[in-house]
Amino acid sequence: MSYLVIISCGLIYLLLLFGIAYYAEYKLKRNVNVVNNPWMYALSMAVYCTAWTYYGSVGRVGTQGMEFLGVYIGPTIACAFFYPVLRKILRICKSQRINSIADFIATRYGKNVSLGIIITIFCVLGLIPYISLQLKAITSSLSVLSGEHMAEGSLQYFYKDITFYITLILVCFIILFGTRSVDASEKHAGLVASIAFESIIKLVAFVMAGIFVTYGLFHGLGDIFQKAAARPDLKDLFVFGDHGTFSGWTATMLLSMFATLLLPRQFQVSVVENMQEQHLKKALWLFPVYLLIINLFVVPIALAGMLTPALKNVDSDSYVLALPLLYGHNKLGLFIFMGGFSAAISMIIVETIALSTMVSNHLLLPLLFSSAGSAKERPLLKSVINSRRVSIALLLLLAYVYERTIAQHASLVSIGLVSFAAVAQFAPALFIGLFWKAGNRRGAVASILAGFFIWFYTLALPAFITGTGGNSSIMTEGLFGISLLRPYALFGMEGLSPIAHSFFWSMLINVLTYVIVSVNTFSDAQELYQAELFVDIFRHTSSSEQNSIWKGTAYIRDIRSLLVNFLGEERADRLLTSFAIKHKLSIESGYADPRLVSFSERILSGVIGSASARIMVRSVTKEEIISIAEVLNIVKESQQVLELNKELRKKSAELTKATEMLTAMNEQLTQMDVIKDEFLYTVTHELRTPLTSIRAMSEIVYDNQDMEEEMRNHYLSSIVNETERLSHLITQVLNLERYESGRQKLHITPNNIDDLIAEVVHALQPLANEKKATLTFHPSSSMYLVQCDSDLIRQVIYNLISNAIKFVPGQTGMINIRVRIEYEELQVWIEDNGKGVPNELHELIFDKFFQAKNQTIQKPEGSGLGLAISKRIMDMHNGRIWVESEPGKGANFIFGLPYA
Amino acid sequence: MKKILVVDDDPYILMSLEFLMKKGGNAVMVARNGTEALDFINTNKPDLILLDIMMPDVDGYSICEYVKTTSALSDIIIVFLSAKTKEVDIQKGYDLGAALFISKPFSTRNLMKEVNILLGVAE
Repeated sequence: MSYLVIISCGLIYLLLLFGIAYYAEYKLKRNVNVVNNPWMYALSMAVYCTAWTYYGSVGRVGTQGMEFLGVYIGPTIACAFFYPVLRKILRICKSQRINSIADFIATRYGKNVSLGIIITIFCVLGLIPYISLQLKAITSSLSVLSGEHMAEGSLQYFYKDITFYITLILVCFIILFGTRSVDASEKHAGLVASIAFESIIKLVAFVMAGIFVTYGLFHGLGDIFQKAAARPDLKDLFVFGDHGTFSGWTATMLLSMFATLLLPRQFQVSVVENMQEQHLKKALWLFPVYLLIINLFVVPIALAGMLTPALKNVDSDSYVLALPLLYGHNKLGLFIFMGGFSAAISMIIVETIALSTMVSNHLLLPLLFSSAGSAKERPLLKSVINSRRVSIALLLLLAYVYERTIAQHASLVSIGLVSFAAVAQFAPALFIGLFWKAGNRRGAVASILAGFFIWFYTLALPAFITGTGGNSSIMTEGLFGISLLRPYALFGMEGLSPIAHSFFWSMLINVLTYVIVSVNTFSDAQELYQAELFVDIFRHTSSSEQNSIWKGTAYIRDIRSLLVNFLGEERADRLLTSFAIKHKLSIESGYADPRLVSFSERILSGVIGSASARIMVRSVTKEEIISIAEVLNIVKESQQVLELNKELRKKSAELTKATEMLTAMNEQLTQMDVIKDEFLYTVTHELRTPLTSIRAMSEIVYDNQDMEEEMRNHYLSSIVNETERLSHLITQVLNLERYESGRQKLHITPNNIDDLIAEVVHALQPLANEKKATLTFHPSSSMYLVQCDSDLIRQVIYNLISNAIKFVPGQTGMINIRVRIEYEELQVWIEDNGKGVPNELHELIFDKFFQAKNQTIQKPEGSGLGLAISKRIMDMHNGRIWVESEPGKGANFIFGLPYA
Repeated sequence: MKKILVVDDDPYILMSLEFLMKKGGNAVMVARNGTEALDFINTNKPDLILLDIMMPDVDGYSICEYVKTTSALSDIIIVFLSAKTKEVDIQKGYDLGAALFISKPFSTRNLMKEVNILLGVAE
């Protein structure tokens, strides 16, 4: 395939990226944020997977077996418990407008200038090789794809070197792409959108390559592994031992865990570009899923490459690309190349933008400002952007130079891990400083310097020495011939892989230095204040604008012109006005409120970093030194506010509870009202029926004096019956009302249940006889004495038996009454052979006026209150009453009383 | 002679109504529930029905609705006699096509008078 085709594809791809970024920002202007969702966020995190993943993982399988997986297991483990840490970092960055990892650490330790410089330099040192690795990956994949071997050009003939031109194109692209907005703490929707797109491209391309190799060239996974297992050298790769040791795995996983957050590009996408805190929750499982998918085919591809004799002399790093090309699939090859290309440049873009912000804010701008004296007259907006552009160019050219010189000789295999080990040196200062207020600036500076020194001595230097083939006496005999100082066996520690060895010593010394120095030195006021803000961020979020640490005098005019310099007139005025309105300040003239000064400093931090912002603000104001006592006061105040808040919250919760209770009670009352209304209506309705017949019959008798004697008597006796029914009904209503209101006092005495039943049976016998029904009582003859109110229980028995008599058929009616003891309950069973009670009514029949409301049931004589009254009486005795019945087979009404 | 159907599930009220209607010179049929009432309506169409509402099987409203929606029966005059006294219940009766809604307890003389007016029988 010709260069022309490949390079034009590359350029079209870059244009496409630009288009996506432009589209995302165009949408944003219309208030549609295409990247404001957890999927985009997780995909942008996948910038973690670079060309090193894309090509290098396959390559590493050949030499180190499965150890490459450590680089992905680390982040996966990290995601599992990073949530609280990341959430805290996100919150801090938002409230302090932090825009890089260097800014973060510098701000934590009192917005310290030197700390920012140190971290920036170390980041550049640690990551230039990593960026150059990406350049190299682009070049070498290009040569594989084109089939032409690149001239290993030396630096002297750079103008003949295609890598140089690729670098230049990338410089232009990233400058256009990444420096359009001045506020580095602002979100770059375009950047995130295009990075997310690239993450999709590289994933799809790699998976396609994997599927092609596994199922196109071989017969699936089983086939590949079977063939590989037949070769002892390949079989060995899956065994711990020579390939990958326990210490190597552990170190790799721990380093990758830190790198997930500490690599400048990861900090950029996961912290600076984060849109909403809650996106974190989803992204923290989506990102590991992405890592899992992209790693699925690494081992199959590597094995397939090694099993293919034609690729014997091909670098194992390029198997992904070489396999499809070998079998003539050029279009697939081109697509896979584009996947690798996107992996490489997504890393280069984000890493360079992140690093350039750091270089510009922490190295170039402080230099510029401190030499410029008072900076308020100069158009600083331009210099900020220009310094970032210069940084981008410098960084990429440095990477190019590195690639052409050192990288040509040094072993590239673990350059990624070396970079990881470099940024891991920030871990103690960052993570411990996030939770331990006593950690201070001196401790942070010392620990980072110490850690870096160890890193350099045990990892970077040996790689350089062995790579260039220089004097290796240091390696074998140690510095100054002291064998305890051998870089790969410091203090005599042997048997670890270089990475594990370096990680162990640098971390140990780093952490110890941090703790020991912090404990033994004092912090100044600014540091104490920042430490307080960071560690207790969730307490300070709301009050950080109210509490201002700044003390001094400044003119509003100066502050405004400073902001105008960096933000432009329009934006500066907008910010100032809204702040003034929010805090009811005047911004017309005169002295600036301290809060306004702090606010301006925070705004500037977003543009030029906290340390530079401090210098700028100091240059236009007359500042007084803040005493430690004042810082402590602020801390105390915020704690008091917190206590007060807690108190208020408690009170408000109590009020809410009280309101809820009142609402519930009110509801209950309304409901009771409804029930009462309904009851009254039903009662009056029930009273009307006998009243109607009484009135009608008496009027008839009165109006028809000439009635026959017999008929008149019939009418008159009916009137008497109905009057009785009426008074019975009234008595029952009053009884029920009395039981329900709780006014009825129980007169508990020991009673022989047999006697009570016998009395009632005797009273009701005439009624049964009238209906020709058989009423039988089977006395228990055991003299059960039960504690109860005899009048009430007699009423229950009366109600149940008279009900039974009503319901049994004439002639064949049978009613049996039995007494028995079940567990600690005395039960009276009243069994009849009536038509029974349908299942669904077993509970309803104990409701008041159940009959009246359910007119579809055959209405027997009675008030409809008997069962409700009986139930109420049983409740008062802590007893129960229920019915067992199958329709058509009669019913058993049972009541039970506690019987000890 | 007009035919009057009296429907009520209370035996005493039924007895009284039967007496009163007979005394007014009408032929009287007596039904103790909705089912019996429907039998009479279909087999021996009355001129007027004195209709209770709450009955165990078929309620008075349904009977009224049936009568008023059956074209052959719709000219039957319906008078509700009910202990239901809520405004909505009364309105429902009229909506279904009843000529009169009399609340229980009622005056017998008044009832006789109303029935006679409805039947167009001069005093």
